[in-house]
Amino acid sequence: MFTIIDNGRASPVDERAGTDLAKRAEAAGRPVAIDPVERVAYLGVTASDRARALSSLEAPDFTLPDLDGRLHSLSQHRGRKVLLVAYASW
Amino acid sequence: MITVALDRSDDDARPWIETAKPTHPSLIDTRHVLADLYNIVNVPTILWIDEVGRMVRPNDVAFGTDTFKHITGLEAARHLAALRAWVRGEAPALPEARVRTLQSLPTEADQQARAEFGLGEWLSANGRREAAVRHFTRAGELAPHDFTIRRGTMPMRGVDPMGPEFRAMLGEWVKAGNPYYRPLPE
Repeated sequence: MFTIIDNGRASPVDERAGTDLAKRAEAAGRPVAIDPVERVAYLGVTASDRARALSSLEAPDFTLPDLDGRLHSLSQHRGRKVLLVAYASW
Repeated sequence: MITVALDRSDDDARPWIETAKPTHPSLIDTRHVLADLYNIVNVPTILWIDEVGRMVRPNDVAFGTDTFKHITGLEAARHLAALRAWVRGEAPALPEARVRTLQSLPTEADQQARAEFGLGEWLSANGRREAAVRHFTRAGELAPHDFTIRRGTMPMRGVDPMGPEFRAMLGEWVKAGNPYYRPLPE
């Protein structure tokens, strides 16, 4: 058994399919992190995709939960000015 | 206002949110989705987004109070005044060309580091701390300027993010001529 994490979602696949998916993502230029011992691969997003999105100046949309598990998206705030603050307890 | 905690768990962020009792959305981002989308490498990071969803002030460092002014040298009042003027329509935000100039875009190493972080975070959440540490360490080597990784993973590595290991890391970073915070020039 192998786990592929793509787009933030973890899916179990058989080992051969997992290593194939990771190899294909790597061949497509995506950043891939693999742990062969734990049999998990994380498929990331390319720098050029991220740079293109940021250069457009359109704020990338996201959906994240609050403490009660309610989901909020940036796009729900269209029509209002938004101060977006990233912070942490550390 | 939307606040996003780049924290290990709800429980790490909870005391701060419960004390502040915010009326705005106060979100938790254990997987650093926001850091990946916006190329955020430290906290606090702020951005201004206008009514049509355009970034009119790119990643900047600003504090809401002067609690850490003695360490950071950054005064809260300057950003708060500029923010108020923009919100009230008394002053424009930055021109588009200037936003582009001031933006920092991710490199391939930054994105590889984020993939290593993502793998480490998943392993950590699944109780595989030893394996997680390998990937967090690799991520920090790939993106030494990314403190959402180097400091932000300390709780998942069993390291005190305010303790001696952090102070040693910060000391070495600053001694090599690198700033810990990179506020915009204006």
